[in-house]
Amino acid sequence: MVPELGHLALILALLIALVQAVFPLAGSLSGNRPWMAMARPLAYGQLTMIAIAFAALTQAFLTSDFSVLYVAENSNSLLPTIYKFSAVWGGHEGSLLLWVLFMACWGAAVAALSRNLPLTVMSRVISVQGMITVGFLLFMLLTSNPFERLFPVPQEGRDLNPLLQDPGLAIHPPMLYMGYVGFSVAFAFALAALIGGRLDAAWARWSRPWTTVAWIFLTIGIMLGSWWSYYELGWGGWWFWDPVENASLMPWLVGTALIHSLAVTEKRGAFKSWTVLLAICAFSLSLLGTFLVRSGVLTSVHAFATDPARGMFILLFLCVVVGGSLALYAWRAPEVSEGGRFDLLSRETSLLANNLLFVAFTVLVLFGTLAPLIYEAFDWGKISVGFPWFNKMFLALAPFMAILLGVGPAVRWKHDEPMRLLRTLWWALALSILVLVVSYLPAFSSGHLWVPVGLALAAWLVLAHVAVVLERLKNKGGLARMGPALLADLRGGGRSFYGMVIAHLGVAVFVVGVTMVSNFQHEEDVRLSPNASYELAGYRFEFLGAEAVPGPNYMAQRGHFKVYRGDRQIANLFPEKRAYLGGGMPMTEAAIDPGLFRDVYVSMGEAVGDKGDWAVRLYYKPFVRWIWLGAILMALGGVVTVSDPRYRMARAPARRPATSSAGGTSAATA
Amino acid sequence: MKARHKRMILVGVAILGVGAAASMALSALKSNIAYFFSPSQVLAGESPKDAVFRVGGLVVDHSLKRQEDGLTVRFNVTDNAGTVPVSYTGILPDLFGEGQGVVAKGRIGGDGVFYADEVLAKHDESYMPPEVADTLKTAQAENLVESTGKSLAPAAQTVAQ
Repeated sequence: MVPELGHLALILALLIALVQAVFPLAGSLSGNRPWMAMARPLAYGQLTMIAIAFAALTQAFLTSDFSVLYVAENSNSLLPTIYKFSAVWGGHEGSLLLWVLFMACWGAAVAALSRNLPLTVMSRVISVQGMITVGFLLFMLLTSNPFERLFPVPQEGRDLNPLLQDPGLAIHPPMLYMGYVGFSVAFAFALAALIGGRLDAAWARWSRPWTTVAWIFLTIGIMLGSWWSYYELGWGGWWFWDPVENASLMPWLVGTALIHSLAVTEKRGAFKSWTVLLAICAFSLSLLGTFLVRSGVLTSVHAFATDPARGMFILLFLCVVVGGSLALYAWRAPEVSEGGRFDLLSRETSLLANNLLFVAFTVLVLFGTLAPLIYEAFDWGKISVGFPWFNKMFLALAPFMAILLGVGPAVRWKHDEPMRLLRTLWWALALSILVLVVSYLPAFSSGHLWVPVGLALAAWLVLAHVAVVLERLKNKGGLARMGPALLADLRGGGRSFYGMVIAHLGVAVFVVGVTMVSNFQHEEDVRLSPNASYELAGYRFEFLGAEAVPGPNYMAQRGHFKVYRGDRQIANLFPEKRAYLGGGMPMTEAAIDPGLFRDVYVSMGEAVGDKGDWAVRLYYKPFVRWIWLGAILMALGGVVTVSDPRYRMARAPARRPATSSAGGTSAATA
Repeated sequence: MKARHKRMILVGVAILGVGAAASMALSALKSNIAYFFSPSQVLAGESPKDAVFRVGGLVVDHSLKRQEDGLTVRFNVTDNAGTVPVSYTGILPDLFGEGQGVVAKGRIGGDGVFYADEVLAKHDESYMPPEVADTLKTAQAENLVESTGKSLAPAAQTVAQ
């Protein structure tokens, strides 16, 4: 009964979405106010219906109602309750429902928080979101209905994929989806602006906080995915350039470019068409990501068991969205462009270069991801692109990005003098070169060329931002009153600036992490007998043996390792090899002794011989936490930026447009 | 400098950058791709002798043998038309099993053994790498396939289409 209610709610949601896609937009074009006024209630109604459907599916999972096919395939009565809940989005149908739920949340949020948005703009934004929702709801109802029944009703469900029975993965997909779907808001704002032919600083200011929030979610989502695969898959890496990882990285890269280009559009009125194009691309790449994951066209560790009809539908949908929005762009963009002028040495130029680098990298990732498809289409054979290729591409572009990232914030808008720039940054440059030279010494780099490069770039990032912050404070009342100036700045309109600084420092932390772990990590597969030990990178791993330990829905072989540094014992590690009762699927649960400067990591392979020997994998991972710490700082920077008073949209329209920064003279505005 | 000149310079730099990046990317791609071959193609000598490639199919039942050192394993991979022995040193992925689909990446030795340095793992037990499914489909067309057990149900479905 309840599943049918859920199904009905989905159908009603589709009807609401159809009305939402047509009437507010038509109203905004013909000046029909009642039609436009429908937008808000429709957005709330949409959220209500999808929330009901989601609740119905959740109820089916919590009560283990195996008469629902999707529940029978992805749950089991032995599953701990928390994973019964997260199993709702553990498979294809449910994760689509989650996607649509978030879509409705974003729509309702736009409706609720945009009181000071002109009614025409708001109704267009809601309409565009309605169109996207129509597409996804049709997709669900036609090809992947989560409420489909199963007769005869099985006694027991097939169990949730054990890899997904983990807190990290319970929250990774929701975060990622919030990000993916969040870009639909930026997309809807861009299309609304194109439809209205009004693309101005106000538009950029409205769409900036939404874009940044979506970007924050995506950053956290990708970070969680990387962290999860590190500790859960037992392979010790943090990024594999798998098609599905790339699918999440591409919208992130374009989204990052979009955030920066929106800044130029807001502050200087330039890059308008370009910004709109990026907004379209960011969301299109999110859709492409969905297509790649769901259609199974690529070999990926993530691929869902697939169905060609689904792939076909998403491909069609993708064509409609991308084709339609690009056609609209081609038709309207010439009318809306017309930007502020700027010189060769200016903030605008550096942000343009930033955008080109990000887009270039996106294109490379896209090419590498799709190359197997291209080869197959031309009958050149079945290939896979190895991750060394992606690493090479990343290493070729990253240094330029990092150098630019230090210069950009120090350059003034519109026009700057090389000598002034040098006066601000000379000591940062000198110290970074010093870092380069010192870390080039064999004692530090052990002959790895990328070590000095990476560390010098990280130093450059940190020091250049210190220089920029100092200069801003100097302009705000001298270094003597630095403390009060800083506080006033943080209370006032300076938060987006400090948010930028924090996010950029996150990049520096990330660079240190990547450099250290790539060059100094150790990994060894060994066979260990009970009470034998093995030394790796100065750590001695003593194996005490393995024993059988029952879990709630699995049987585990739990190993016991003592890790010594010199004579001192620093950790007891208990890695497990689990066999899940539901599907009989084996799973490796690695044991990690985490640390800010190094992780020590053991994962169990398999039992060898009959004397209790095990094949195990030992890792030493220096600075690996810095990679995720950097991503967290980037997201935190985004949070601080969004809290800037000038983005408070829910308040009455009393606030004037960004006052402190409109002049373009302050070098230190974000 | 006039605005038009500036724009020309920017466009020029952009084109140069794109050109350089594209040529770099393509030349690097050549040395980093791995072609896929089915076991029967490998036996027919279609695979490269001195380059990394991938071979995929089903792990033959009862073919998994562990070597003396405890870390090296040998197993046979088949597309039901031909069988290639594979040797791998290290820990096998969790979902590896006899009768399951597998993709290995490595080189073929002079002794006809495929020395893999990577064996592909999957998140999902009901998932079949598309290449392997294709391979089996091709073999079935030659009336050689028979389904080998419950673990193969999804593959059998794919084959049945």
